[in-house]
Amino acid sequence: MSDASDTAGQLPVPEPWVHADAKPFWDATAEGRLCLPRCNGCGTVIWYPRGFCPVCASFDIEWFDAPGTGEVYSFSIPRRGQGAYRDAAPYVVAYVELDLPDGLGGDGPGPRIMTNLVDCDPWSVSVGDRVRAVFHPTERGVALVRFRPA
Amino acid sequence: MALGRLPAVTGTIRGAAHLAGAYEHPLRTIPDRTTPQIHAEVAVGALADAGLTMGDVDAYFCAGDAPGFGPLSMAEYLGLDRLAYVDSTEIGGSSYVAHVGHAAAAIAAGKCHVALITLAGKPRTGGSGPGGSGRVGDAPEFSFEVPFGTSVLTNYALAATRHMHEFGTTSAQLAEIKVAASTHAQHNPNAFLRDVVTVEEVLESPMVCDPLHRLDSCVITDGGGALVVVSPEVARTLDRHCPVVLGHGEAPKHTGNGRIDLTHTGAVWSGPRAFEEAGVTPADVDYASIYDSFTITVLQTIEDLGFCAKGDGGRFVADGGLQAPHGRLPFNTDGGGLCNNHPTNRGGITKVIEAVRQLRGEAHPAVQVPDCDIALAHGTGGSLGTRHGSATLILGREA
Ligand SMILES: [Zn+2]
Repeated sequence: MSDASDTAGQLPVPEPWVHADAKPFWDATAEGRLCLPRCNGCGTVIWYPRGFCPVCASFDIEWFDAPGTGEVYSFSIPRRGQGAYRDAAPYVVAYVELDLPDGLGGDGPGPRIMTNLVDCDPWSVSVGDRVRAVFHPTERGVALVRFRPA
Repeated sequence: MALGRLPAVTGTIRGAAHLAGAYEHPLRTIPDRTTPQIHAEVAVGALADAGLTMGDVDAYFCAGDAPGFGPLSMAEYLGLDRLAYVDSTEIGGSSYVAHVGHAAAAIAAGKCHVALITLAGKPRTGGSGPGGSGRVGDAPEFSFEVPFGTSVLTNYALAATRHMHEFGTTSAQLAEIKVAASTHAQHNPNAFLRDVVTVEEVLESPMVCDPLHRLDSCVITDGGGALVVVSPEVARTLDRHCPVVLGHGEAPKHTGNGRIDLTHTGAVWSGPRAFEEAGVTPADVDYASIYDSFTITVLQTIEDLGFCAKGDGGRFVADGGLQAPHGRLPFNTDGGGLCNNHPTNRGGITKVIEAVRQLRGEAHPAVQVPDCDIALAHGTGGSLGTRHGSATLILGREA
């Protein structure tokens, strides 16, 4: 399992809205786990977390821990931030394609999830880089899942 | 039950409606008008262009830029009191391209005869904020994107990075799109940016979000526009050239359960629908208005509409490929959103307006495409990096 980080590094950690049907995801982040929903009807791993399967329309959802590793699918580097990120630029916004445990991913790729890449020089990042999850706690006790070089 | 493969939809809007009026607000900074006033100003302008009045309107279309209760607030403000049809489809900047298709379908179904479409807003001088898409915070995807400092800019840049990775597209190729737009904008006295720029100037402009430069981005302008779509019966009574609606297609694209492919837009679905309905192919298109929120939007859309193969967009736009009147695909001859106007961060309506000018032979002589018979207008509303609306409209000259 990935490390739970004590610090948010340089980036702000805005509070997410914790909707009830994604609460298992957020509860797990507080423990440093990347917990994803999977449909019991069709086996699809669902992203973003929700209590509904967009593939087969089932409400029968279970939750499992992903390894927290993956690779960079794409990224961008804003030179100016807005709102909470006003003083944070430059930083890296990225899609990371998650690795799934054996037997849970089917034949397709894992979900591509929006995140930040941290603990790296923004201009050293490349598509395809291997990364692993870090957890940046918010004041209310959940955490944002970001990634650092593996 | 699963429906399986259904027979092709046989209804069509081909020839069922005409663009009788088109009006673009001439200003790009409008401090002394309210947003509803600008809606009214462009409505009056488009109706006058058609030779119609507010009292003739029996259908009204608006999107997220319309204040208050959308079509209800605006119908009251404008004094539209014989409406039989309203539509407030909100798919960002692509809304107004879709509205034309919806209006044509309503006319074809006998629901109305004179449809008014308006857009207005003032992100430069106050009033409603940019975008205007309403309650973003309660969107179920919000917490899985916005806390990471995402924006429209970061998300289009994500698409550019991936397209560059897969196909070798370069910043210099993207810059060619801005160069073509600026070459056209020099002839438009109302354009927000009228200076012709070079590839080098685009590449030397500040990086705003790698890999996109400031000059890869559209302008931010106050403004608005309106369209009047009418039935053939009404068009015949008007003393105005009314281009005909040949086809329309639309499609939302979203992240697809987290398996988003950032190298294409929703135009891969909306385009073929529009071409099939119109009975034409990309090779038949004389002029194209392509939504240009960013240069990468144009590049991907051109590929997705079939003007070139996927991945060949960079080569297609090089060497003046988009420049009017004689490029491979003359595009955005008003200067587009990159140089002319992107009223209230929603460019769909100006895309249709310039297509109408081209079909009427009323574009600036320096950029008028000779014998322009078939024009395409494409809208992309939202973000390439997450979710967006895609709407394609094909119009014919038919005097
Ligand atoms: Zn399912």
